[in-house]
Amino acid sequence: MFQKVAGLLRREFRFLHKPLNLGSRLFLLAAAITIAVSLFYPLWKLHLVAPQYSDGLDLYISSYKIEGGGFNGQHLVEINNLNHYIGMKPIQEADFLEMRWMPFVFGLIILMTLRSIVFGEMSNVVDLFAVYVYFGAFSIGSFWYRLYQYGHDLNPHAPMHIKPFTPLLIGVKQIANFREYSFPQTGAYLLCGSVVLIVLAGLWSRKEKAA
Amino acid sequence: MKRLINQLLALAVALATTTTFTGCGKQSGTTQADRTANALASYVAPGEKDEYYLFYSGGHSGQVFVAGIPSMRHIITIPVFAPYPATGYGFDEESKKMMGAFTWGDVHHPGLSQTKSKYDGRWLFVNDNANNRIARIDLRDFKTHQILGPIPNSMGNHGSSFITENSEYILCATRFSVPLPKGRVADPKDYEKEFNGMVSGIKVDPQTGEMSVGWQILTPPFDWDLGSTGKGPSSGWAFWSSYNTEMAHDVMEVNSSQKDRDLCAVVNWRAAEKAVADGKATMMDGVPIIDPAKVPGVLYFIPIGKSPHGMDVDPTGKWIVAGGKLQPSTTVVNFEKLQAAINAKTFEGEMRGVPIVKYDAVVEGEVPVGLGPLHTQYDGKGFAYTSMFIDSNITKWKMPPWTDEEKKDLNKVVLDKMPTHFSTGHLVVAGSDTAQPYGKWCVAMNKLSAGRHINVGPSQPESSQLIDISGEKMKMVAEAYTEPEPHFAQILKVSEIEPKEILAKADNKDPNAVWDKEATGVTRNGNKVLAKLTAIRSRFTPDRIDAQVGDELTVSVTNIEQTRDMIHGFGVLEQNVNLVMDPGETKTFHLKMTKAGVFPFYCTNFCSALHQEMQGYLVVWNAGDAPPAAGSGAPGGIAQK
Repeated sequence: MFQKVAGLLRREFRFLHKPLNLGSRLFLLAAAITIAVSLFYPLWKLHLVAPQYSDGLDLYISSYKIEGGGFNGQHLVEINNLNHYIGMKPIQEADFLEMRWMPFVFGLIILMTLRSIVFGEMSNVVDLFAVYVYFGAFSIGSFWYRLYQYGHDLNPHAPMHIKPFTPLLIGVKQIANFREYSFPQTGAYLLCGSVVLIVLAGLWSRKEKAA
Repeated sequence: MKRLINQLLALAVALATTTTFTGCGKQSGTTQADRTANALASYVAPGEKDEYYLFYSGGHSGQVFVAGIPSMRHIITIPVFAPYPATGYGFDEESKKMMGAFTWGDVHHPGLSQTKSKYDGRWLFVNDNANNRIARIDLRDFKTHQILGPIPNSMGNHGSSFITENSEYILCATRFSVPLPKGRVADPKDYEKEFNGMVSGIKVDPQTGEMSVGWQILTPPFDWDLGSTGKGPSSGWAFWSSYNTEMAHDVMEVNSSQKDRDLCAVVNWRAAEKAVADGKATMMDGVPIIDPAKVPGVLYFIPIGKSPHGMDVDPTGKWIVAGGKLQPSTTVVNFEKLQAAINAKTFEGEMRGVPIVKYDAVVEGEVPVGLGPLHTQYDGKGFAYTSMFIDSNITKWKMPPWTDEEKKDLNKVVLDKMPTHFSTGHLVVAGSDTAQPYGKWCVAMNKLSAGRHINVGPSQPESSQLIDISGEKMKMVAEAYTEPEPHFAQILKVSEIEPKEILAKADNKDPNAVWDKEATGVTRNGNKVLAKLTAIRSRFTPDRIDAQVGDELTVSVTNIEQTRDMIHGFGVLEQNVNLVMDPGETKTFHLKMTKAGVFPFYCTNFCSALHQEMQGYLVVWNAGDAPPAAGSGAPGGIAQK
């Protein structure tokens, strides 16, 4: 029994110490570049359509900013204008503390990716993958919590009372006269791509001999 | 003389016919298939848009009406010379200042700005026949931005707004003559000797469109009627018809209709510009005036029958067609022959030192179009369309060059007649006054609707009719009614302009504009109280203004919306205050407080679900009352300065 467990651990230990081949390192390089590029694109978009807004109002969310669609980001002003009737807090970038540290974390992940290339060991890829997935899940969770907060923390003195709600994270939902479309954007797709590249980097060297 | 009697008889018969027309109701002869085809041709389905703008002059309403073609739906009214509560025009200080002492005008002939004889989509100029003014509407926001005038030395600005080929000038001619300079009094009995008319060149700044009076040409006291500017071969020239070459001053209907031909003006405006630059003008009331007797080459006359109305240059710039009004034909002048006659001095006399060009040397022919020809428009394909006031139709005819056979009998060039309802004054063919007309549509602006519409009592609208001119035969497609009273119109393709729908915050240069709550408020300086408010769905900030009897109150309201169609109004009860602010706009009014009381104010332009709640109070305390404490009515309380 002990022998068996020790054998598994050894195998695992050997796996973590496998060297990364050139292919894996290229995948990691591609992943680092993809993450860096993704920062320049919005991660998420909320698209709100009502009879009076047939072209829709857009809200673009990036890791470090929130931006309205339309001329000079006017859509954000408009969304806040409308939300004040139901007592929702104005959505403003300054309130999103995570937007200050998120780019920093992305930088850290890029550094970890580059570190994996240089150190060239499977364990680096595993670390990277674990931290990255944890961070991703945490971000999505925090985004959902934001949506929940905005929809539930309504001023009781607002002119219109509506039942507290949580805007949908992904999908289509009717909220009063608005139809909300919430979907990931280029930035999020690129990040997903970078996760795939990291997984590929691991798989690519799975048959290498441990040093 | 016999000819004249015949004509008058014809006229009398025609007038009688016109009045009987008014008796008949329905237009018969349209089949179900025609009706369906016409309906489809003018139908713009809900959510779809028209293809052309139709800018109607509003006549003595003092406004411009904008409709769409082919739907003929009225879309918006642009106030110019008259207050228009719907947009707050004439109530805020800026528009009040622009309108000056007048609260009405008589808009006759809109003219779109041109570059290289094509519409450039920048400005629409309109004249005021009543108070001798001219206004500029900017097509970026469809608003009046300048009113120039009253123009000095000029009475009855009817013969405008005619735009030169690169919008260098708006050319105007006077309908009335008076003793000049204005303010001088003479007995109308001494009309010939003491009264004068004037042709004016209104200079247009090529960048800003700002207008100024450039120069004027003194004319005999004829009543200049309508004109147009040259292009192509006639580049640099302009032409006006006239009535009252008789120089009568009373019982005008008869006395100004005696001559078989009246003298029309041929103006070399480039020569006029140069004469002024060369110092050949003398100043009168601040304007350089050219005496055409002393500066040859600026003005010529052509005799044209009879009391002609329109004087329209065709798209090639080679032909000028005068509408005979009191004779049953249009007169076609060949500009190349006119130029040759001027160069060769083929004159048949002179009038006050101005040469009269020999009629036979310049006229290509008289086209027997029918009774009461007024205006001619062109489709750019070699066809002309003339409005017949007395016959009540639009007559399509073929422009020269004509074959020898056609010349022998010009009845042969008259191709089609479309009855109109009734008595068409002006007509407009899309782009007719440019070098490249759009053609396709013609709108007849009829002076009498006479029961065509549902009965609305004795005050009746005017009728406009949309005619498809793309085929060989004209087709009447749709009919619409406007308030009194379009005289002429311009048609512009919708795709040629892109007006802005909001005033961007960065473009609002109003010194009293406020965008943040912190910047709003009421301040007092002696008896002057300044209130700066913001308006946004659905509140004014501050929503309370305190003042005292005797105060001079200034209120500026900024609509801080940047969303299209989010317009707010600011009406104060019993104070005759009515502001309307478009998104991003600031408007201001001054009010001398004379009576104490509490006067509610509210948003007049429906904006939102809580529009009704968008209200506040102007509190006017008695002079003896203790003034409200600083900061009261937060945040709109009076802060002592």
